[in-house]
Amino acid sequence: MDYVAAGALGFVGGMLGGLVGVGGGVLFVPALVVFLDMTQVKAESTSLFAIVFVAALGAYRQNAYGNVRVRDGLVLGAFGLAGVAGGVAISNAVSGRALELMFAALALVIAAQLVRRALKPPAARARAPGRP
Amino acid sequence: MPRHRLLTLLAIGTAGGLFSGLFGVGGGTIIVPLLILWLAYGEREATGTSLLAIVIIGTYGAIAQSLYGNVNPGNAAVVGIPALAGVVAGAAVQQRIPERLVALLFAALLVATAAELIF
Repeated sequence: MDYVAAGALGFVGGMLGGLVGVGGGVLFVPALVVFLDMTQVKAESTSLFAIVFVAALGAYRQNAYGNVRVRDGLVLGAFGLAGVAGGVAISNAVSGRALELMFAALALVIAAQLVRRALKPPAARARAPGRP
Repeated sequence: MPRHRLLTLLAIGTAGGLFSGLFGVGGGTIIVPLLILWLAYGEREATGTSLLAIVIIGTYGAIAQSLYGNVNPGNAAVVGIPALAGVVAGAAVQQRIPERLVALLFAALLVATAAELIF
């Protein structure tokens, strides 16, 4: 058990949440497995529980900076339920390794598109239609 | 809300939820880039809106897993309480850096995630 190291990874995970808008689970899960001796399933579940509070505070701060489209966020969250149910079912039916490789490929494709977009000149960075 | 926009949000929310259910994370890894690429969100808006969606999506999973007795609130506090300070600091830093740097940081996170999944 190493509570200091787990807490330090937690802090960095939270930083990541504020910087790039994820919950921090990518670091919470390994922190819980490696430093607090949890199994993978219990670590993922416990991480999810922590994420809810971290994301809530992050959303509150980002809203104060004017960066939250509240209605869109609520719609995304509402539709997410079907996805969560589907994901849990699929994870029990398909081999974990196949899933990991599929997602890794998807992540690389998305990363390439983000980089390509970020490197375009500012004028070419399209804005949403109807945006204020 | 126009129909096309609603359907796009539906697709992004479902994809984020799917990812959350599959890998036990919040779903932001999917939601942030899709808001940027499909709905032309600015990077800061995408990350802020993603956090709000994660609160809701994460709650479904956390409730379901707590019914199985898989949630350890004490350990959640060990990582979560420092993370609360981290998220406030991270959001403050994010307001002071260029949006394209946010996008590049996110791309780096995706590459690191892919590497972790492959190896």
